[in-house]
Amino acid sequence: MPFDVVIVGAGPAGLAAAIRLRQRATEQGEDLSVCVLEKGSEVGAHILSGAIVEPRALDELLPDWREQGAPLNTPARKDRFLWLTRRRAIPLMAPPQMHNKGNYIVSLGNLCRWLARQAEALGVEILPGFPAAEILYDDQGAVRGVATADMGRNPDGSEGLRFEPGVELHARQTLFCEGCHGSLAKQLMTRFDLRRDCDPQTYGLGIKELWEVDSPLHEPGRVVHTVGWPLDNGTYGGSFLYHLDERRVAVGLIVGLDYANPYLSPFEEMQRFKTHPAIRPLFEGGRRIAYGARALVEGGWQSLPRLSFPGGFIAGDSSGFLNVPKIKGTHNAMKSGMTAAEAILDRLRGEAPEGTDADDLRQRLEATWVMRELRRARNIRPAFRRGLWPGITLSAMDTYLLRGRAPWTLHHREDHAQLRPAAVSRPIDYPRPDGRITFDRLASVFLSNTHHEEGQPVHLKLRDATKPTALNLPVYDGPEARYCPAGVYEYVDNGNGGQRLQINAQNCVHCKTCDIKDPGQNIDWCVPQGGDGPNYPDL
Amino acid sequence: MTVLVIAEHDHHTLAEVTRRAVTAATALDGDVHVLVLGQDCAPAAQQAAALSGVAKVLVCDAPLYAHPLAESMARAVLARAGEYTALVAAASSQGKDLMPRVAAGLDVSQVSDITAIEAPDTFQRPIYAGNVLARVVCEEAIKVLTVRPTAFAPAADGGQAEVVAIPAGEDPGLSRHVDATMTRSERPDLGSARVVVSGGRGVGDEGGFALLAEVADALHAALGASRAAVDAGYMPNDCQVGQTGKVVAPELYIAAGISGAIQHWAGMKDSRVIVAINRDEEAPLMQVADYALVADLNQALPALRDGLKALAEKGA
Amino acid sequence: MKVLVPVKRVVDYNVRVRPRPDGTGVDTAHAKMSMNPFDEIAMEEAMRLKEGGVVDEVVAVSIGSGDCQDTLRSALAFGADRALLLESDTTDFEPVVISRILAAVVAEEAPDLVIMGKQAIDDDCNQTAQMLAGRLGWGQGTFACRLEVQDGEARVTREVDGGTRTVALSLPAVVSTDLRLNEPRYLKLPNIMKAKKKPLDRRAVAELGVDLTARTRVVAVTAPPERGPGVRVASVEELLDRLKNEAQVI
Repeated sequence: MPFDVVIVGAGPAGLAAAIRLRQRATEQGEDLSVCVLEKGSEVGAHILSGAIVEPRALDELLPDWREQGAPLNTPARKDRFLWLTRRRAIPLMAPPQMHNKGNYIVSLGNLCRWLARQAEALGVEILPGFPAAEILYDDQGAVRGVATADMGRNPDGSEGLRFEPGVELHARQTLFCEGCHGSLAKQLMTRFDLRRDCDPQTYGLGIKELWEVDSPLHEPGRVVHTVGWPLDNGTYGGSFLYHLDERRVAVGLIVGLDYANPYLSPFEEMQRFKTHPAIRPLFEGGRRIAYGARALVEGGWQSLPRLSFPGGFIAGDSSGFLNVPKIKGTHNAMKSGMTAAEAILDRLRGEAPEGTDADDLRQRLEATWVMRELRRARNIRPAFRRGLWPGITLSAMDTYLLRGRAPWTLHHREDHAQLRPAAVSRPIDYPRPDGRITFDRLASVFLSNTHHEEGQPVHLKLRDATKPTALNLPVYDGPEARYCPAGVYEYVDNGNGGQRLQINAQNCVHCKTCDIKDPGQNIDWCVPQGGDGPNYPDL
Repeated sequence: MTVLVIAEHDHHTLAEVTRRAVTAATALDGDVHVLVLGQDCAPAAQQAAALSGVAKVLVCDAPLYAHPLAESMARAVLARAGEYTALVAAASSQGKDLMPRVAAGLDVSQVSDITAIEAPDTFQRPIYAGNVLARVVCEEAIKVLTVRPTAFAPAADGGQAEVVAIPAGEDPGLSRHVDATMTRSERPDLGSARVVVSGGRGVGDEGGFALLAEVADALHAALGASRAAVDAGYMPNDCQVGQTGKVVAPELYIAAGISGAIQHWAGMKDSRVIVAINRDEEAPLMQVADYALVADLNQALPALRDGLKALAEKGA
Repeated sequence: MKVLVPVKRVVDYNVRVRPRPDGTGVDTAHAKMSMNPFDEIAMEEAMRLKEGGVVDEVVAVSIGSGDCQDTLRSALAFGADRALLLESDTTDFEPVVISRILAAVVAEEAPDLVIMGKQAIDDDCNQTAQMLAGRLGWGQGTFACRLEVQDGEARVTREVDGGTRTVALSLPAVVSTDLRLNEPRYLKLPNIMKAKKKPLDRRAVAELGVDLTARTRVVAVTAPPERGPGVRVASVEELLDRLKNEAQVI
């Protein structure tokens, strides 16, 4: 099926791009067909974010969003920044980037659902349940669209009784907005060597729960961020507590995936976090109503790859626009999508010649607030490499003295290379879940509403099937069983006195952590059948 | 008020689910009558009459009822329905097939799959596959109810009800029995068993599953399996517990050597008591279980079997 | 031959719902909605009969809010020839009311066969097909795992406790579908596009003139009790002891 533009991923970047494309086409009276593919069963099903949204990009894209009922219902009111020790919570001065006046606490999934309705009203064709599984190239090697995933293959890859082959969607320009660590973006990075001039990307894993609380401590608009406990001083990360309307609280813990101890379990750190004496009272008597997890990009300015290649662009967090000190990325993702829309139109009108080495999207972005903001924030995240306090000191210097204009740029290293062997690491004894405030993995995954049809090939592909027991287990004591927030990976008896890696692919919540953190870089996260994966209601 | 329980039987033996339905019926206040529709079904009728709490048994013995066809059975029930304030059957496949047709004949609502009777007009029933419990008030003059058998104890013997023969109705001529294939099994059905013993890949091989079956027999339990065990060919397809297989909610669920696939968990999480036995104490199901035993299954399963047998002997 | 397939819009079977805090109902806001899975099986079976040359026309019908159009578009993407939406602000009619409405639709459409899901996965009632058959005075083949239509007869193999039973029904008849009847096809992208242009009639339920009242109502909903933290037992003996004396299940 031919389209002018195919967009992969109905998140904030992809939907903003689609809306901008149709807005411009309508202004010019042009006929421009725009199709958005989404691997989730519906728009928003795979979206997970904190989230506090700065409405700057939305103001530019749809200035009448308030009248149109965009779900930005809870203005952020009170900012608190706490340093937690095991028993105490010590208020810190919130750095200026963390001030949230004018911002909103939202469910990003619901914002995307609303954006999708706006896009459809503008004539965008949105196809949920159809993941892009393969990139199509023309004879010259330029991208000319994508193919959707096959349906109905047997576990061994052969065609089952209900087999439906994927459909090729041909496009004059293809925009990849798969979110953090996209599976097709990963291929594009290699194919077009898009990371040749930048630092490695670094990541965090965000684990989020939505609670309905029964506590007088609930206060809509209240924003709390913490650093410190339960993470050790060498591990980057922190928590968020956002008080929404209807007695709801979004709580999450983000752990930098450059952590070193293979015994660390982000999931259990998150459970433990809720038991802190300053945090627990909020959740006492409450009910957990949703759970999910998603990797996020932390590399910022110096990790931003080239964004342009023949036949298309990468935008949003597939490239990496999250602003770490702000703890926000939606506004940048949307703006990058809107800017990509302009770059696409330049190319479609023949105003931007393709095939040259120019990064036409990057050039357009350089003129926007996105790149200014990212450049200014660039030294904060890498400053934490040596731990919490050096990080706070260095970033305070960077923020208050240098105001982001340091003459140097701190660099990133690859997350998967930071894991230390188990032999030199200290095992962590996490407490058992109590079933009220803290929970086990399965009960949690259940709340993600994730589903993968049984009897399909495993979508988490091992490049070398022997590596888990040859490297991961003996050297790192099987870290995938701990970093996976969905219990996908389990080492079980192989029946011969040894162990083997069992992949419970049905549990997967599409967070991409395994593809990022696996020490041997042996796991390729691929899209499963259409519509599979989590079904997040309000995350 | 008088309640009519529609019996289920194979003409010779009254089904256990009907004993349980009688218990539910007695909670509705009022006399309990039992209707037995069958052919040469006097033995089943006698067993119904011997149930404690039953005041009268109506027997309709005719070739028309040789097989449980809802079309003719509904007519027979409707012919008597006016004498009763409630019509009750077990939420078995037969009760589920028959009762809504009766309700339609009366143009009344039905309350399905009741798990608790709070008052003669107020019931509890699970909705959304057991994820939510609903309290339902039914104000129909004649209440048509099906009750979940596992939620009620079987009525004990000890009654001496009169048995009254009633005439057969006409054949509506809408349906005809062709054949039936019953998988004869001493074990209870997975979907309605009070106890389920389930195995995964960790059970090992055929020998392990044979051991598991012995444990199940000692508990008079149904046998279940994880997807992995079914895929490995140790257990047949219809034993699989999980979303695309069966959702079970027994009183006791014993999971042996089962890994942490979410489907399996979703298929059994509403069980009242969950036991997990696994060599790996970090296995995800071990976190979920009410009782988790870290043990080698080769030793734990025989010990469990022998322990259960010893308990049974002591009890007997 | 004509088949009518009633389809219901329900909360997707992968979504766990929960009671509203005040217990007045189930919170379905922002939940993904889908066609009831048993109705998908009914749609698939109807399409197989059509593709096998037994059936000429497949009509899908849904009852509820305007949102049910999505469900009917899915039915059209399956291959239904046309769709009928009976619109009402009420989305939770009792099965007895639905059976009255469907009986009125049957009177107008005069299908030879109604194929429908054995139950909706929201209220789990498992009543409507039997009620419709009873109301129409038709034969019923419930919980079908096999369906053959020939010589004016529907031969239905039914899943019953402990096995299967096969019945022969004279047509017209109502068949309700069980899980093992078939595995519904995956909807093809081009068919989803085509379905947007197929005929979908919308009418108000009130126009049918049937009684929309029922005397059963849900007064409260609650979540099942939460599971407490489990205990580690040290031995088989301790396990048996606790199962017997603490949990009292053996």
